[in-house]
Amino acid sequence: MRHLLLRLGYALALPAVLVAVWWLASDDSTDVYRPPLRTILETFPDVWTGDRLRSDVLPSVLRLTGGYALAAVAGIAVGTVIGSHRRVRAVCEPVLEFLRAVPPPVLVPVIMLFAGIGDTMKIVVIATGCVWPVLLNTVEGVRAVDPVMAETARSYGITGVARLRHLVLRSASPQIFAGLRQALSVGIILMVISEMFAASNGLGFTIVQFQRGFAIPDMWTGILVLGLLGFFLSVLFQLLERRVLGWYHGRRASTRRSP
Amino acid sequence: MLDVRGLRKVYEGSGRRVEAVRDLTFTVGAGELVCLVGPSGCGKTTLLRCMGGLLTPTGGEVLLEGRKVTGPPPGTAFVFQEYGRSLFPWMRVAENVELPLKQKGLGKARRRELVTDALESVGLADAAGAYPWQLSGGMQQRVAIARALAYEPRVLLMDEPFAAVDAQTRADLEDLVRGLWRERGMTILFVTHDIDEAVYLGERVIVLSGSPTVVREQLTVDLPAERDQLHTRVAPRFAELRTHVYEQIQAAKRGIAPQDTPETQDALAKADAPPKRDALVKADVPGDPDVRTDPPPSR
Ligand SMILES: Nc1ncnc2c1ncn2[C@@H]1O[C@H](COP(=O)(O)OP(=O)(O)O)[C@@H](O)[C@H]1O
Ligand SMILES: [Mg+2]
Repeated sequence: MRHLLLRLGYALALPAVLVAVWWLASDDSTDVYRPPLRTILETFPDVWTGDRLRSDVLPSVLRLTGGYALAAVAGIAVGTVIGSHRRVRAVCEPVLEFLRAVPPPVLVPVIMLFAGIGDTMKIVVIATGCVWPVLLNTVEGVRAVDPVMAETARSYGITGVARLRHLVLRSASPQIFAGLRQALSVGIILMVISEMFAASNGLGFTIVQFQRGFAIPDMWTGILVLGLLGFFLSVLFQLLERRVLGWYHGRRASTRRSP
Repeated sequence: MLDVRGLRKVYEGSGRRVEAVRDLTFTVGAGELVCLVGPSGCGKTTLLRCMGGLLTPTGGEVLLEGRKVTGPPPGTAFVFQEYGRSLFPWMRVAENVELPLKQKGLGKARRRELVTDALESVGLADAAGAYPWQLSGGMQQRVAIARALAYEPRVLLMDEPFAAVDAQTRADLEDLVRGLWRERGMTILFVTHDIDEAVYLGERVIVLSGSPTVVREQLTVDLPAERDQLHTRVAPRFAELRTHVYEQIQAAKRGIAPQDTPETQDALAKADAPPKRDALVKADVPGDPDVRTDPPPSR
């Protein structure tokens, strides 16, 4: 219990200091663009009502979820295929390097051309941005399957789907998760950007609306909501990772103790 | 049971050509425990991988119960030298042992029975819920052995399984393997570079030459079936046998052709002559750190 409180203390110390600094530094600000934190927090409950959460935050989260899930499935699937076959890898690698080098926001206008300006466009934008870190990390992870483990599996008749499930994907899972983690931050950025281009709801849309209407404190509350959303998703991700990669962290800790 | 006929394996790749095994012919009878000993790098792993269907030979063939081995045969289990990399670190001990059985299509009750029994046999019933990386090296190799046992193989191929564990654990594991062999009546081919281990464990020892690798000699170990670390290793017959194998390996390294008739008892009689043995032991042989050459009554 004491341990837990201590950890919570460590985790909250720096945010508390930052908020305090912000609060004090902005307290007597008369600049319209930088309202006092006090004003922003006072505005918060008025702006982010249940209705607004439903009409703007929920659509954003759904688009993010859709695009991210699509990218995860496609990235892992294609990455596994490329990672397991040397020839396929030789053919795909240059193309992948090129595609990866294209900054994802540039894709928004391009994708708008054929996917329109609806939800499909946003989901496709998020997916095309998120897929690269997942795909490339999966390729690396799948390539690095230990040859002794692979041979063990073969000698015990563990082939096909079972091999994929119990050996390849599990062995690559630390890298896959590293890719998924990168993809999550890319996904949030693209969610906002795609909603700024053409939308009628969503977090990005709302923030731009506030800014255009000179509702500056409201705009700042929107940015706070975005930050909180990112934080919440990251915590969720960590919980999942701790479950799936428990063995990996445990093993790393045990080899550090006895080199 | 297991027939190796004219086996030859040449590795080719990136401009290098390595003839790992030149021409090996030998037989392992059903229910036999045969030890294969040879200097490090002479192609023991290569041979075992060919026998386990993990590698396609360049020439010759391996027959299991009269049928040619082309892929991993269902009745064969493998224990690898690298125990740390052979167990899946994301699975608990029991799951590691169970996975091949699932693949075999056995029912849940039967699987549980086999897993429990195998873990008990190797003295690890308590470790079923642990992860492999939470165990010591010797325990990990026990898990690998348990996995092989649960698979109920007719043939067990073991590739230097104890090369990386400490001496005491090694002695325990040797006794474990002999015990399991006597209890379960499997055919075991045990590869090692340790002469003492080969003589202590085997009913028969096959000595390989250094590369180009051929069978240098086959030798029946006429020690009693009941063996233990304390008495067997100081028995005069044990010393004779290990000295003989040692000489064979030393001679192989210097490239002396084996005796015209590698008739076991004949060769042994010669090996018994003291002056010759001294000469051979003192001879200036490039030391091979992987061949353990401590003087006979080592324990
Ligand atoms: N995959 C491989 N490719 C090329 N050469 C190999 C390969 N595996 C083993 N060799 C070579 O074959 C020889 C025998 O190796 P190995 O069978 O591992 O010997 P041992 O197990 O007796 O130590 C060695 O010279 C080794 O370098
Ligand atoms: Mg080897």
